[in-house]
Amino acid sequence: MRGHYRILLGMAAGVGKTYRMLQEGRQAQLEGRDVVIGYLEPHDRPETAALAEGIEVVPRLRTEHGSLELHEMDVDAVIRRAPELALVDELAHTNAPGMRNEKRYQDIDEILNAGIDVISTVNVQHLESLNDSIAELTDIRVRETFPDRILEEADEVVLVDLTPEALQKRLLEGKVYPKDRAEVALQNFFRIEKLSSLRELALREVAEDVGARARKQSTTVLDPLSSQAVAERVLVLVTPEPRSQRLLRRAWRSAERLGAELDALWVHKPGKALTEQEQVSLAALRRLAIVLGAHFVEEEDGDLVGAVRRVVSERGATYVFLGTPDERRFIEIVRGSLVSALVRELPGIDIRVVANRADRKELRP
Amino acid sequence: MTALVVVLVVLVAALAASLAVVLARRSRRPRRLPVDRVARRVLVAFSGRLDPTVVDAAIRIAHAEEAVLVPAYLLVVPLRYAEDSPLRDEVELAMPLLEAVEHAALRAGVPVDARIEKGRTLTHALKRLWEVERFDRIIAPAPTNGHGGFTEKELAWVLTHAPTETVVLKPMPSAA
Repeated sequence: MRGHYRILLGMAAGVGKTYRMLQEGRQAQLEGRDVVIGYLEPHDRPETAALAEGIEVVPRLRTEHGSLELHEMDVDAVIRRAPELALVDELAHTNAPGMRNEKRYQDIDEILNAGIDVISTVNVQHLESLNDSIAELTDIRVRETFPDRILEEADEVVLVDLTPEALQKRLLEGKVYPKDRAEVALQNFFRIEKLSSLRELALREVAEDVGARARKQSTTVLDPLSSQAVAERVLVLVTPEPRSQRLLRRAWRSAERLGAELDALWVHKPGKALTEQEQVSLAALRRLAIVLGAHFVEEEDGDLVGAVRRVVSERGATYVFLGTPDERRFIEIVRGSLVSALVRELPGIDIRVVANRADRKELRP
Repeated sequence: MTALVVVLVVLVAALAASLAVVLARRSRRPRRLPVDRVARRVLVAFSGRLDPTVVDAAIRIAHAEEAVLVPAYLLVVPLRYAEDSPLRDEVELAMPLLEAVEHAALRAGVPVDARIEKGRTLTHALKRLWEVERFDRIIAPAPTNGHGGFTEKELAWVLTHAPTETVVLKPMPSAA
């Protein structure tokens, strides 16, 4: 049985990930568990070293690279030792050339597969998907990255948080780097605005992870049919005219409240050319859909109701939003109302008609 | 023969009554605001907050020019996010502001065509908007008591680069 994997995520060096990992290791020891240190980054921090005392350290592997002597985690030794819990620092680390695995997270994978629980640490800037953003933000291209799936596959991701001001204070006190290095760091990577952005990224990453886990849990607990029924999806019918801007915004608000995906559908009649103003409105709607994170769907069909029915079925929509149809009473009597047709053709689908503000009258009591 | 005449008279009367009802209902329908492709367009761009005096002035200008008012909320996408990222929190701020402006304008009988536009900076978002849409007048609010509106530097940029007539509106300090 695979071990339990807990990752401590931080915004930058010095927030206290390693310290927290050791604290959790000691706590596990107190609870009677067999704990070892698989690898601890030698940060020369006295508080960290003190906390590591009393926890067994699995000897590292020594390897030579040119004139350098490098130390890496001895994966085989950790597996042979077979503790209940192994503490492994810095999962994004790149191993020395010649090691079995290129990256430390691959070493950890082997340990987990041996049925050993692991607590590990990493900073948010090492996440592969954030590499470009981090480079733009900090002017530093992070080379040691790890795939996003590592966070997704972990059993727990815990944020180790510290305010940027508190981290700067720790730097100034020499608790993160030696004082001469701290001065340089404060002028570069550890500037308040950069730390604030990194912190935001770390918070967002953990929040998304929590959301994804909650969604995963809710869909695995329910049977597939009921989970399909629970998932809401909003479809809003738009036309290339100004009032659709508000309609799309209203639909977005409702979709947000429902925790639903939003699709905006424009059905255009075959062969009908758009006026210049309609083209502008359509482009503006597409841009708004991007801002709102909605999907813009275009269908060419002479039969509006038929096209809506098809898209509702294909995309699994549960709500349909539309603006007040611009129908003359006479046409409505002759051809029938669009709303009635939708109600008739979309059984089981909620339909909401959003009023046009321009039509609003002061209501008399 | 008499019966046929009576039936015809009844039918004509019924038809006339139906027509009268339809016409009466139509006459009660609110007037559709005139938004057509030759309408003048007045852009009022803002972000974060919009002073009510600026809204009033923009509506008055659009009304006087029989123009469509285009209130545009400008969103800044931080560099750490892709430009196409959805900006949920920022949109949450924009929604009620746009609703308020739309409501005020429609009450004054001014047609509205609202926008949410984004860019790396406010001026970038504004430039993007006027590059793809035509405006006959641009209204740029100055800060009220040092808050909201475009900064001095941004206003200078707008005045230099705007493709059309530009009005800088400075709200009354006492009104803030």
